[in-house]
Amino acid sequence: MEQATEAPLKKTPLNARHRASGARMVPFAGWDMPVEYAGGGVVAEHMAVRTAVGLFDVSHMGEIEIAGKDALAAVQRISSNDASKLQVGQAQYSGLLTPDGTFVDDLLVYRLAPSHFLLVVNAGNIEKDYAWMAEQIKPAGDAVAVNASSRYALIAVQGPYAQTILQTLTGVDLSSIKYYWFAHGEVASVRATISRTGYTGEDGFEVFVPPQSADRVWLALLEAGKGSGIVPCGLGARDTLRLEAGMRLHGNDIDETTTAVEADLNWIVGWKKDDFIGAPRLREQKANGTARKIVGFEMLDRGIGRHGYDAYVGNDKAGIVTSGTQTPFLKKAIGMAYLPVAQTAPGTEFDVDIRGKRTRARVVPMPFYKRQK
Amino acid sequence: MAAAYPAGFKYTKDHEWIDLAGDRGKVGITDYAQQQLGDVVYVELPEVGARLKQGQSFGTIESVKAVSELYSPVTGEVVEVNAPLKDKPETVNSNPHATWMVVIKLTNPSEAGGLLDATQYQDLIK
Repeated sequence: MEQATEAPLKKTPLNARHRASGARMVPFAGWDMPVEYAGGGVVAEHMAVRTAVGLFDVSHMGEIEIAGKDALAAVQRISSNDASKLQVGQAQYSGLLTPDGTFVDDLLVYRLAPSHFLLVVNAGNIEKDYAWMAEQIKPAGDAVAVNASSRYALIAVQGPYAQTILQTLTGVDLSSIKYYWFAHGEVASVRATISRTGYTGEDGFEVFVPPQSADRVWLALLEAGKGSGIVPCGLGARDTLRLEAGMRLHGNDIDETTTAVEADLNWIVGWKKDDFIGAPRLREQKANGTARKIVGFEMLDRGIGRHGYDAYVGNDKAGIVTSGTQTPFLKKAIGMAYLPVAQTAPGTEFDVDIRGKRTRARVVPMPFYKRQK
Repeated sequence: MAAAYPAGFKYTKDHEWIDLAGDRGKVGITDYAQQQLGDVVYVELPEVGARLKQGQSFGTIESVKAVSELYSPVTGEVVEVNAPLKDKPETVNSNPHATWMVVIKLTNPSEAGGLLDATQYQDLIK
């Protein structure tokens, strides 16, 4: 059950706080991160986010800034989505793709100013992404990429009461921030950028603050949320929540072997924009189709299909499970898998090889969970 | 809030306990093991009559986060299985030292002498 590690693990500014509050810490993507908290656990933390509010330290995420006269052209070249549609103060989900249309990473692109973008990337990919971006934006002209990850702590407040609680700590009118927009201001008297985004399928905010003030903001949020049942949530609940919401996880569901079209993420591709890295392959796949595609599934037999388990159609090994868990809210075993396109219609049944045992599963539409607005 | 480790049990390095009475022993997993696993959602157990060697897998336990094997503390035959556990696996979390999974009839009762006592086990997980 222990995981061996070589390099010393990196710590977020809230590491001591997590340890003091009895979190169970695990190595994750090179970071020492809380997987669940004492008195909580994945199920309780998951349910808190669905029914009340949860607090996440996601400071391990990377922040890369791209700025300069040609910053838009630079972002347009490396990012699959169409950044020209972003107004200042707006964000979008996107892919950082290889020439094969596969995922170096997935990311959020924030437009801070007309020629200044903030790209939020996965913790385990920061150095790789930065090196890739710095090289690939060169042909775009006058723009530089800066790895600014150490300048930001990132705290996510997620759940139906997120707005009410955060509003008690800020003068920014949160009701005026639309989904996937952001604003600058103060939270608990700390300079902050407040973004209406998240990785849970629930309403909520992600708050960028200076690392030295992270602990102050964290404690203020816990205090403000006391009466609403706020709980700190670890990576365990973050994973079950995002999976229930049908959100892809880089390294599980998407990686450098899967394209945006195969991952059913056509909506993050700017089909109308000029050439970008990976565009020719994606256009070809969009026109001619792909051999396989990602699906959501639920288990019909008892068991959980997990990352790396083989999928069978009849006697043939036909695909692979990329994520799977027992969801606390829906109380079902669900997951994502790549299957031959002919097997991807909702209702199609297939088998998952769960430790040598063929176990029935059925394709279902994603997301598995959609919040009531 | 850790559950106490009963002094009358024997323990393994794989985090199972066995509560011996004569040549039979009830087997479960320790409080430490359930804490590491987190919320348990499935327990797969063998059939009555299964013959096990010491250290052999007799089933699996699955939490939201992970799957783990269950290892037999002793050599013997499964003479009872806690079938109702299938429908309330969360009791492994809430009451780990009272939630037995199988009863094993020991082939060689002297094997139990090689297992850890409660003090030794608690030293192991420190």
